[in-house]
Amino acid sequence: MITLNVNGKDYSVDATPDEPLLWVIREKLGLTGTKFGCGQSLCGVCTVLVDDEAVRSCVTDVGDVAGSKIVTIEGVPDDHPVKQAWVDDQVPQCGYCHPGQIIGAVSLLKENPKPTDADIDSAMDGIVCRCGTYARIRRAIHHASADGTAGGKS
Amino acid sequence: MKAIINLSRRDFIQKSTILTSGLLLGFYLPKKGLAISSATTFAPNAFLRIDRTGTVTFMLNKAEMGQGVYTSLPMIIAEELECNWQDIKVEHAPVDPAYDHTMYGPIMVTGGSTSVRSEWERLRKAGAAARMMLIGAAAKKWQAMPGECTASGGEVSHSKTGRKIAYGDLVEEAAAQEAPEDIVLKPSSEFKLIGKEMARLDVPEKVDGTALFGIDITLPGMFTAVVARPPVLGGKVKTFDDTAAKKIPGVHTVVAIDRGVAVVADGFWSASLGRDSLDIDWDNGILANLDSDKQAEEYAKMAEKPGLPAADRGDIETALQQAEKTLEAAYELPYLAHAPMEPLNCVADVRSDGCDLYTGSQFQTVDRNNAAAAAGLPPEQVKLHNTYLGGGFGRRAVIDSHHIVEATQISKAVGAPVKVIWTREDDIQGGYYRPRTYTKVIGGLDDDNNLIALKQVIVGQSIAKGTPFEEAMIHDGVDHTSVEGASDSVYAIPNFRVEYHMAPAGVPVLWWRAVGHTFNAYVKECFIDEMAKMAGKDPYQFRRTLLKNNPRELAVLDLAATKANWSSPSPKGQGRGIAFHTSFGSHVAMVAEISINQRARVKVEKVVCAIDCGQTVNPDTIVAQMESGIVFGLSAGFYQEITFRNGRVQQDNFDSYDLLRMSEMPKVEVHIVDSTEPPGGVGEPGVPPICPAVANAIMSITGRSLRHQPFRQEDIAA
Repeated sequence: MITLNVNGKDYSVDATPDEPLLWVIREKLGLTGTKFGCGQSLCGVCTVLVDDEAVRSCVTDVGDVAGSKIVTIEGVPDDHPVKQAWVDDQVPQCGYCHPGQIIGAVSLLKENPKPTDADIDSAMDGIVCRCGTYARIRRAIHHASADGTAGGKS
Repeated sequence: MKAIINLSRRDFIQKSTILTSGLLLGFYLPKKGLAISSATTFAPNAFLRIDRTGTVTFMLNKAEMGQGVYTSLPMIIAEELECNWQDIKVEHAPVDPAYDHTMYGPIMVTGGSTSVRSEWERLRKAGAAARMMLIGAAAKKWQAMPGECTASGGEVSHSKTGRKIAYGDLVEEAAAQEAPEDIVLKPSSEFKLIGKEMARLDVPEKVDGTALFGIDITLPGMFTAVVARPPVLGGKVKTFDDTAAKKIPGVHTVVAIDRGVAVVADGFWSASLGRDSLDIDWDNGILANLDSDKQAEEYAKMAEKPGLPAADRGDIETALQQAEKTLEAAYELPYLAHAPMEPLNCVADVRSDGCDLYTGSQFQTVDRNNAAAAAGLPPEQVKLHNTYLGGGFGRRAVIDSHHIVEATQISKAVGAPVKVIWTREDDIQGGYYRPRTYTKVIGGLDDDNNLIALKQVIVGQSIAKGTPFEEAMIHDGVDHTSVEGASDSVYAIPNFRVEYHMAPAGVPVLWWRAVGHTFNAYVKECFIDEMAKMAGKDPYQFRRTLLKNNPRELAVLDLAATKANWSSPSPKGQGRGIAFHTSFGSHVAMVAEISINQRARVKVEKVVCAIDCGQTVNPDTIVAQMESGIVFGLSAGFYQEITFRNGRVQQDNFDSYDLLRMSEMPKVEVHIVDSTEPPGGVGEPGVPPICPAVANAIMSITGRSLRHQPFRQEDIAA
């Protein structure tokens, strides 16, 4: 049994330590907001926060994050400036990558509340969107940044 | 997917018949079937249900894969119904003839950028008929004339007395009304919703993480399966040893199915480890020696021979002989995987009395019927529950429904619900690619440098050959999807011929967002710039001459050029390229501004896009689809190709099949032509013009053409 803290809640899950965090979150905790895209840390759609840092859950062994504070898309408050900006700017198309994009943006703004375009490029380059919503992601991050409260929230 | 098909629902595998081309088959508003009103619900037709609270449930018969139909289609019906927009609720429709495509024959399908243009008339009439019945019900209640009553904001009003009644309070009376024979539609000048920017109804759940895709569906007692498929497409299992796989904790069983060996487990990870532990001896089949370089040589040889005519105007051979100057070129474009972000998956629950399928499908009727055949059940006993699609691009309209059939066969074998999940490697290596093409082009100029002759010989595999769609889509040996965007060019070239060679079948091929327009627009628009260069003419002005007889097309070209300040010099160190293409009922022109750095890396700085898609429904969705098409096209142009060596696909994940990323996103400006013409498509038309616009911009700096995709460094470097 492995003890996990996800979105502020403690779970005890039956998993081997080398099982990817992604599949434990999706299948054993039933939190399906976090998505599977490549399994190789190449697309970023599985991104979650582990102790405030954006990590690719598809290549993170669950045993390595026991005792860490994990936040998934479901754990980002609905009134978070990033989620609000995503709705205001009508960012998603198919929507599949956006849990990862939103977590990436939350993490960026926590570290850097006023990112430049170059900061956004380097922070978000690892999270791909096949529908090509990048222009709107950039706009929404700037809007969330202008809100000024994103740094304090996760 | 332009062809019209008429597949008999029961035995669609066996036969198909051509109906008519490009015309709506007429208005079909079922009065019975799914439309069952009751004392608490008014269901005037299969698309609408209004309950006593006033909630209007819209049955969505199309797949929402990012293109926005979850919002644009209910907007059309709500416009005529005159309900409150916030009262609309959307549900995915089941498979039923009432929801069949109005252009493609009796199947439910989402493709060909047809959702708005094919449902435009049917949904408006469905909404208007319901509105007339609600007005009739109120008039009867008030003993007034229907002509004295109006509907707006979800209620009927009587002008003389000032009385008002909400739709929810008219449910029972409206259900007793006869459906009207003559349906009165609103003039476009009275539109309140259509043409207005409306927030997408699917966005909130796609932001909070609750949106359900096929991969998110879980049923009680469900297993997860991962399938080992042949390393060479078309191969078969000879023998396999599953001893080690069965010892992996969590693995339930291993079953052989038509397409490979399935490891069935408690979850994905166990199934995946189980698959890695299988020992399989494969028969590699006919593609065992497939090699992309050799295939390129074969295609080039085929292009030297006369092909089957797809278009013929004037006297091409004489014109080319008499031309003052001629230019010959060959263009090569690769196989491409769709790579939707959500890998393919399907949940199937096969029981003796029926089967439930949960998946994101662009091809509901076909998937339902193929699953029925695999389950050994009549189609009526198979229910397909559509979900959001994590991208489609054509990959979720698979003619043999392979992933649906896999799930069905495994569920039947194990007697429990099963979710099949493809990995990214399964996806990239799994075939069903955009066909690769080799196109030979010859153009001729007269002594005034006018383009008087153009001949194109296209070599490529047919998507329809050997499928139930063959009869509908292949005419006189020419697959329409292989020549679309070439044979239908409106450019005023007096001597014009397009020929087609159907390349040998083998690699499974499929419609990839914008289908034949992707490769044919690239060849057409790049070669036009090559001819303009030879003629010593400006490529924009050269196109203007070619569009002199087509004012609507010309206006789109002019709009893009004007907004991009074409006549002013490019910013220092930058080049501009222009391209125009018509596809799926819409005209799109793009101007790309690019720069090339000292290491010969191209950056697309800005794209100015103009589109005429007729009457707009949700304009922001059109902007989004243009942005999306540009990124989709650029990903292919810069990065993507599927190649074979010794029969094996050489790419396997996003490291070897990359796509455009945030730092490479150009600024995009979209200008939409104001129009009351019938709607055109928007999901695909943004793809074809972008790559030629970029290649032409590169040529404007380097002076060299780019006749190969993905773009090669040696074609860019000085």
